[in-house]
Parts: sequence; C-alpha cells; structure tokens
Amino acid sequence: MKRLVLLLMTLSVCGAGGVWAADAIAQRRALMHDDGIAAKKLFDMSKGTIPFDLAVVQASLKTLANGAEKTPALFPDDSKTGGGTAALPAIWQNKPDFNARFTKFSKDVAEALAKINDEASFKAVAPKVFENCGGCHELYKAKSS
Amino acid sequence: MFFAGGCESCHITPGQIDPLQLGGGLKLRTPFGSFYPPNISNDRDFAIGAWSDVDLANALLSGVSPKGEHLYPAFPYTSYQHMMPSDVADLIAFLRTLPAVPGRPPAHRLHFPFSVRRGIGLWKLLFFENAGLPSDPRQSAEWNLGRYLVEGPGHCGECHTPRNLLGAMKRHLRLTGAPVPDGKGNAPNLTQSLAKWTDADIVEALSSGFTPDGDVLGGGMAGVVRNLAELPKSDLEAIATYLKSLPPLGRPSSAKP
Repeated sequence: MKRLVLLLMTLSVCGAGGVWAADAIAQRRALMHDDGIAAKKLFDMSKGTIPFDLAVVQASLKTLANGAEKTPALFPDDSKTGGGTAALPAIWQNKPDFNARFTKFSKDVAEALAKINDEASFKAVAPKVFENCGGCHELYKAKSS
Repeated sequence: MFFAGGCESCHITPGQIDPLQLGGGLKLRTPFGSFYPPNISNDRDFAIGAWSDVDLANALLSGVSPKGEHLYPAFPYTSYQHMMPSDVADLIAFLRTLPAVPGRPPAHRLHFPFSVRRGIGLWKLLFFENAGLPSDPRQSAEWNLGRYLVEGPGHCGECHTPRNLLGAMKRHLRLTGAPVPDGKGNAPNLTQSLAKWTDADIVEALSSGFTPDGDVLGGGMAGVVRNLAELPKSDLEAIATYLKSLPPLGRPSSAKP
C-alpha cells in the first residue's frame, strides 16, 4: 500500500510539473499548426479572398489565444532538438524576450477579441495581430532539415 | 534595385533597425570561417564614399576592389555579375544618397588557405565567368524578368543553391536547397517545395511572409520578405512565373518554404 501511494505521488508530480521533451515538441507543433490554420483564415479574410464572417474571426482568435497562452511553457531546456522542431537555440538564449513576445501576442489577441464586432473593426485591428507572427519567426524559427 | 538586391540584409549596422545605415559587421558563418560584411555607407574614410562609380561597378560585377584586390565571393558578385548596366547605375546612384556611417567592422576570420586573398583569383578562374544573362527568346518577357531578378540582383541562389567543396554554387542543382549562411537551418528546395503553390501564393509569401498553410516565413527569409515587399507586384509575379517553371531537381527538402 505504501509503495502504491509512493508510485501515485511520483506519477502525479510528473503529470503536474514535468513535460517530457518529445511531448513538448509535439504539443507546441500541434498548437502552432492550429495557429497557422486560424491565422490563414484571418489573413485571407483581411485580404478579402474569403468573405468576412464574425463567428469565424472570433473562433480563430480564440485558437490563437489558446496557442499564445500554452505555447511558451512548451520549451523546456531538453527540447531544443528532435521531433522535427524548427525552434532555434536563440529561444533559450533569449528566454525573457521570447516569453515577452508571447505575452504581447496574448494581449493583442485579447484586445482584438474585445474590439472586433464588424468588418471595419476587423480590418483595423487584424494587422496588429499579424505583426506578431513575423517578428518571432524571424528570430526564433528556422527549418533545420 | 537596393531592395531587390537585398544589400542591407548583410551590410546593415547590427543592433539597429534602419535598413539605410550600412555600417557593416553582421557575422556570416561559413565553412571557410566568419565573414564580416564591410561598411558600404558613404563615409569617405571607412566606406565607399570616396570610390568612383567605376570602382563600385567593378566591385558589383567583377568582385574587384579599387586597389585591384579580389573580393571574397561571400559578396554575391557571382549573382550581381548578371545585372544590367542601367540597374547597376541606378543602384550606385541610390547608395550615394545614403548617410555616412563611421567605423570599421572586424576583419574576416577565415581558415587557411582561404585567408589568402590571392587564392580568390584562382577560384574565379574556376567558377566565375563575369557574364551577363542574355534573355531566352523562347520564354516570355515575364519569365525572363523573373529569371533576371532571381539569378541576378535577387541572388536567391546564394542561399538556396547547394555549394561544392570550394563554396561555389552547383549550377546543375540551382535553387535545390542548402544550409543557410547565418547557421540557422536550411533554405528549402525551390524546384520542388513550391509544387502545390499557385503564383498568387508565391507573390503573397514574398510580400507579406504568409504561406498558403498559414505559416510565416522565418529566419533570414523574413528580412528578404521585408525587402521584396518594396518591389512592384509585377516583379514578384515574374519571380513566381520563373520559379514555377523550374523542373524538379535534387533531393526533396523536408523543409517547407
């Protein structure tokens, strides 16, 4: 019984605190993938290549909000390589800046969610959301294989 | 021309964002050692302020300095050699309008024997033909413009074309992908990875960075996109036409563009 309790405690600690490196890479890639799909919809809409749809805008922004909130925690020190990651070592060299960019991204997305209620407000606010993508990818992302 | 040629991507003064401050010194890592691009601002003592137009044209088209020294082909005269004289003249006129930035970047740190500048003469004999790029009459004017921008001023191949042991671009594997010079990842194979992209997708990616799958072009390409966004849309459409015409070659890159 004692051993079982010990085992359960160990497992629960792992579950709460530790993210396995391979999992972290897979999870952050999945989040980024969803972000990409959402961003693509928003971007096409801002260009007018697909029609404006407030419900889609809000759903896409919520996807981005979810990504912005969860992604920064998925870069533990042991997840620098492998799993097809495109993350650059610069992330771990500039962790404070990296995290600050996600905080700003979260804030911009939250603001967009609050402000956008029609096509005009969408077109005004969307570029502020998009500018976050490039800044981070330039410094912290490159395909390595 | 300045933006098509992407001068500031290498020659910008690091640590600031003004693309017209060309103090040089951004480190380029290569298998031959580290290059530090020179100051090409208008400073008369440290940079090209005192160079004549002919000096500048010689450097751009033939890779020779006013003192008659060979320049290292990290400076992409291997691509710029294809530039039209009128474009070279325009570029020089524009460079003259830029501010002077004092200061000299660090000297190149190269491994022997690449540290011997005279060796570049031999390298040029082998790999440099100092030629223009005659247009191909079988192709459309748009295709020819696209090829000119890609192979000449745009010098896309300097990152996207694999190199041989002596650092020369492998012509037969043109634009099939290679490791990038800032040591961050690989430049994708443009003859294969664009297969599913439309011309409009390419124009979009080159002007806003957004790819058809919702990604944003990252790494060194982000700076290239900032430059290309300054070009007229018709130029980007020409680039797309040329890139889409390339037959698939080389290894498929696992890296998506």
